Amino acid sequence: MSAADAILAGPSREPTRHSLTTRIVIYGLLVLFAAVYLVPLIVMVMTSLKPLDEVTGGNMFALPHALTFGAWVKAWGEARIGVSETAGIKGYFWNSIRMVVPAVLISTLLGALNGYVLTKWRFPGHKLVFGMMLFACFIPFQSVIIPMAVILGYLGRLGNQLIDLTGYSFGFGNSTVNLVIVHVIYGLGFTTLFFRNYYEAFPTELIKAAMIDGASFFQIFRRVLLPNSTPIFIVTVIYQFTNIWNDFLFGSTFAAGDQSPMTVALNNVVNSSTGVVEYNVNMAAAIIAAAPTLLVYILAGRYFVRGLMAGAVKG
Amino acid sequence: MATLEISALRKRFGSLEILKGIDIALEKGGFLVLVGPSGCGKSTLLNTIAGLESISSGEIRIGGHVVNDLHPSKRDIAMVFQSYALYPNMSVAENMAFGMEMRGVPKSERQKAVAGVAKTLQIEHLLSRRPSQLSGGQRQRVAMGRALVRQPHVFLFDEPLSNLDAKLRVDMRVEIKRLHQETGTTIVYVTHDQIEAMTLATKIAVLKDGELQQVGSPNEIYNSPANLFVADFMGSPAMNLLNGKVSRLNGAASIVLERKDHPPIVVPAPSSADSQKLVEGSNVIFGIRPEAVNDRESIDRNAKSVATFDAKVEIVEPAGSDTYVVTHVAGKEMTARMRADTEVRVGENHAFALNLDKALLFDPQTTRRL
Repeated sequence: MSAADAILAGPSREPTRHSLTTRIVIYGLLVLFAAVYLVPLIVMVMTSLKPLDEVTGGNMFALPHALTFGAWVKAWGEARIGVSETAGIKGYFWNSIRMVVPAVLISTLLGALNGYVLTKWRFPGHKLVFGMMLFACFIPFQSVIIPMAVILGYLGRLGNQLIDLTGYSFGFGNSTVNLVIVHVIYGLGFTTLFFRNYYEAFPTELIKAAMIDGASFFQIFRRVLLPNSTPIFIVTVIYQFTNIWNDFLFGSTFAAGDQSPMTVALNNVVNSSTGVVEYNVNMAAAIIAAAPTLLVYILAGRYFVRGLMAGAVKG
Repeated sequence: MATLEISALRKRFGSLEILKGIDIALEKGGFLVLVGPSGCGKSTLLNTIAGLESISSGEIRIGGHVVNDLHPSKRDIAMVFQSYALYPNMSVAENMAFGMEMRGVPKSERQKAVAGVAKTLQIEHLLSRRPSQLSGGQRQRVAMGRALVRQPHVFLFDEPLSNLDAKLRVDMRVEIKRLHQETGTTIVYVTHDQIEAMTLATKIAVLKDGELQQVGSPNEIYNSPANLFVADFMGSPAMNLLNGKVSRLNGAASIVLERKDHPPIVVPAPSSADSQKLVEGSNVIFGIRPEAVNDRESIDRNAKSVATFDAKVEIVEPAGSDTYVVTHVAGKEMTARMRADTEVRVGENHAFALNLDKALLFDPQTTRRL
């Protein structure tokens, strides 16, 4: 039984006996709420599996008569995005993957490193530094857009100069790299908060033992701290992955054209109509766009609750 | 030459002085126990020896080398922590070999060293387990193994038994003593438990508020405490400390212990005190351990000087092996340690006897022993 189950089960181990009516009410409500949450997903899946004439002519809740994956194939490879392009969303999907993987890993590792220093290598003023990092969590997206644009502009010009000098930009000015930078900086406040709270409760004697054993700053981090951080690591990865994958504002501001992430492309698919609105294609594209976050939750969700609880109780 | 020498060691946190000039030397193979109440600086002192905390002034030498500014890993020490501090992600064997791995010792040598120590400590069957799969006593053993495998000059133990239950604590205490006798290692051991200090040490250092109160063999600390604090801290039940007055009759000094509703007890000045220095009418504190208070029949027959008196029994505590009898003398409680089968009843008068060979006198102002 996990900690959450134990708390929910209450102090008594004896199964409480409810009357039949109580049970009917409880299960009825549970089924009702489950249905409310599931209906949109069901409608999306069913619509995406119908041919277009069945969508436009039929009932939204009706099961597909002629089951087809045509809409999925079209959404992935042929859908019209924007004015001229008809290459589907697959390129944008990979754009998002190329952005989200380094952004999540870098921000999580830097957050872990920050948490390590803020708890186990304390320096004068560590509280102020942590307070300022915490403040980063409360800065609204909108207020950083213009300063960020200015900085990315500098980096773009630096990239151009590097091309002139060496023939290679080293990633400066590239939209995906820009988005990685933006998400790492913006996510650092959160990842630092998560790891600091986790490491605050991490036994300092382990660090001391490793110091006496002759491990260096980074050896302690890599060999002792990180291997014992799985729950918070997973919480942070889920949190960062969901946020960065789902981001629309930064994506639409700092990436242009075929370098846009998935979310921006999805918006363009839905908005680029050629007379008929292809609901089945739109739904398939939306499901593809949501799939990675769903997958991450399914694979690592049980750690999420556990890790959050650990942070809440110990931090 | 001493293996560990600490001289004039001071440690400050801002204006707060944690250690106020500590001088201790420990010979090779010695077992030094740092003991004192919580907050006395004993753990800080251990951490400064380990190099986990810096010092403000003074000098620490290990094996003849000044180690003041050396990193913990370069001081030739190993440490056993209160929580054992075993790496949860590594097996027992990996835990024990980690220090050598960090020092770049080849794998075959590491395995050989681990196997040897595991045999000594009888933990061979645990080598592939994780710390979470071990009991408290097994973790304790592994933590010692991790320290032993390095063969350092000095072992540091930071309250290693305080997380164990009472029975296991006694077992591990014997285990540590045996280990020390068999391997002849040099150990510095921190505890707040004075029984651990007495049983394990070849040398005890008593600390209070960052000041060294006394350094000496367990026998010296117990029988000739330097001051009231040491006398009171060491021993369980604690030493009886009574207010008395010096009275000189015909040149011989005696101590008067006043009592309410009873005639005062007058005892000759104990031989431990220099009677020349006892001034007529001056206040002293008369200290006597519970085992030197008994009934007339059971008082030590070899005692040269015995005083007797009658007093009302207030509390009787049978402890199995002994019976503690509490009475009131000179406005304070006085505990006597009697045979288990002693017949005493609460509220009745009983004849007590004091073995004055074991009694001590203290100056109430300076708290030093006279």
